Amino acid sequence: MAELRVLIVDDEEDFAATLAERMNGRGLIAETVSSGEEALIAVSRAVYDAVVLDLAMPGMDGIETLKRMLAIKPQLQVILLTGRGTIEKGIESIRSGAFEFLEKPIKFDTLLSKVNEAKSRAMALTEEKTKDMIEEMLRRWGC
Amino acid sequence: MEHNPADISPRPKNPTVGLPRYRRLRWNLIVIPSLAALVPLIIMAAINYRQDVAAYKSESRYAISRLLSNTRRSLQFALEERRAVLTLIAKNRSLEDLSNDARLMAILRDLKESFGDFVDLGLIDGAGVQSFYAGPYALKGANYKDQPWFHEVSLRGVYVSDVFQGLRKFPHFVIAIAREMKDGEYYVLRATIDTELLSRQIYALELIERADMFIINKDGVLQTRSAFHGEVLDSVALNIPPHILDREIIEEKDLPGGERMTMGFAAIAGSPFVLVALSVREASFTHWLYERSDVILFLIASVVVILVVVSFRSKHVISRLQESDSRRAKMLHNLEYTNKMATLGRLAAGVAHEVNNPLAIINEKAGLIKDIATHEGDFPKKDKIISLVDSITTSVDRCSRVTRRLLGFGRRMETRREQIDVKSLIDDVLDFQRTEAAHRNIRINVQSAPEVSPIQSDRGQLQQVFLNIISNAYAAVEDGGTIDVAISQLNSNEIAVTVTDDGVGIEPKDLQNIFEPFFSTKGEAGTGLGLSITKDIVEKLGGIIEVQSGIGKGTVFTVNMPVEKVD
Repeated sequence: MAELRVLIVDDEEDFAATLAERMNGRGLIAETVSSGEEALIAVSRAVYDAVVLDLAMPGMDGIETLKRMLAIKPQLQVILLTGRGTIEKGIESIRSGAFEFLEKPIKFDTLLSKVNEAKSRAMALTEEKTKDMIEEMLRRWGC
Repeated sequence: MEHNPADISPRPKNPTVGLPRYRRLRWNLIVIPSLAALVPLIIMAAINYRQDVAAYKSESRYAISRLLSNTRRSLQFALEERRAVLTLIAKNRSLEDLSNDARLMAILRDLKESFGDFVDLGLIDGAGVQSFYAGPYALKGANYKDQPWFHEVSLRGVYVSDVFQGLRKFPHFVIAIAREMKDGEYYVLRATIDTELLSRQIYALELIERADMFIINKDGVLQTRSAFHGEVLDSVALNIPPHILDREIIEEKDLPGGERMTMGFAAIAGSPFVLVALSVREASFTHWLYERSDVILFLIASVVVILVVVSFRSKHVISRLQESDSRRAKMLHNLEYTNKMATLGRLAAGVAHEVNNPLAIINEKAGLIKDIATHEGDFPKKDKIISLVDSITTSVDRCSRVTRRLLGFGRRMETRREQIDVKSLIDDVLDFQRTEAAHRNIRINVQSAPEVSPIQSDRGQLQQVFLNIISNAYAAVEDGGTIDVAISQLNSNEIAVTVTDDGVGIEPKDLQNIFEPFFSTKGEAGTGLGLSITKDIVEKLGGIIEVQSGIGKGTVFTVNMPVEKVD
């Protein structure tokens, strides 16, 4: 399996750094940014299999960041991870296109498995899209 | 710890606070309507009293006046008759004819036969000597020359005297007629008349009750016996109105002892007599009280009825007012309490949120230590360090459970209200959990009856309710199982949501405890708070939650929610 690229977005830099270090220790490639704005720049420059996004951040908040990220990369799999979780926020995130909504503190293994699920889903979606594209191309070419 | 708001129950403020206000209000409620009802009633009674008193007074005046004029007429007639007879005798008989004791005696006898009350008869010459006399007394030759009446009769021709005893020693009066001769000489025919004549005229008339009638002369000496004032010739302390002449005069006077005297005077023409009639009656007020007892009873009964009714009604009104005041105070208090709890809830949620972030850092740092320690080769006390880190992670877990509960508690303390479409709310909740459904290949069918009304409720709390119920259903079904959610309208103000799973079902002995706090069939995995919190929320939002289940039969949760919560 190819390397798993994860972007961690959290204004708690200490948390983000530690999480990234642990992920890197497990063989993932994790990068950190500390605001929504930086996250948008990051996702537009590189490809990530999953984004771990904090909900409550100064400036652009998690939901807003999520929406904008998806506007840039619709197939991006975003896991919201928050210490300020409420059901409403969770449902709002899911409706806005988040892959998962998780609450801090979280067991590292749970997070890892969600990241893996996100990657599988992204791959499935990509495959589907590729299939659609090929079918579309075949149809257009009249074969 | 979970705090059930019911444990810190609101204590309503003492509703009797402000009692003087109610007392004053009640007093007003009694006094004003009572006055409004009683004043016209009392005015009516007063008018009745005045009319009655006026009637009563005029009635006494009329009675006295009638008595006076009747008696006066008969007295005048009797006197006139006697005077006329004497005048007739004096005119028809010659002096010679009368100058004879025997003749006089014969005339006196005739008079006595006709009238009865003539006592004697005398003929007095111009010098005042009674030259002839017929009667029981030895008065022949008596000289009246110096007596005032003799002058009077010689001047006026007729004279009626006061009553007196005189020589005869019994009350009598005199009628004298003077006759002038052709030669300028005159003589006087003098008759003595028994006072009985006067008395008879008075007693012959029926006297009204508690009345007295008598004759006095102008000097206030009784001419007849009086029931109240004494015997003949006694003096009476009565003020005879001056100049009464031919008129009647009625006077009224209050007597000590609440009685009232009506007194009438009438002069008897051609005599010194004044007829007096008087009656004593109860004072008009006493009379009114007695005569108008029906009016008075009615008045008293009305007053009593009005006071009783007004007083009871006012008591009723005041107690209603007091009730509603205390209800309002309680509501305000509840509101205050709710606000306090909401503030407390926000505080709890805020604390939990703030704690979660450092907790996550601790968690990750500890995890990192463990990662490093695990991958590093052997070093002293490696196992000890790993176990220490594990216990940090366990404690973090415990803390995070606490913060989650605090968040849930905080959220439940504050109820917001908005219009909610239950179908889309449930779709959202299912969407939230779709990954689990997809993983485990669980089929979920949502069916909604057409036109289920939107409800007024708290979105987040309702989401929590269905999240808990659907999570339970997930936990209950096998992989590949089915969950059916049905939404229907029960009536205009109630909708129902049923969540049916084809899972393992619940044992009957567990079923009755399912909504108890800390009851769990999931062992370590459950907190045992999910369904008790769910029930708490549903009931706080005005709904009802029920469960039906049996081993192997699956489970049905039914939630009935009001379209609009009625407080």
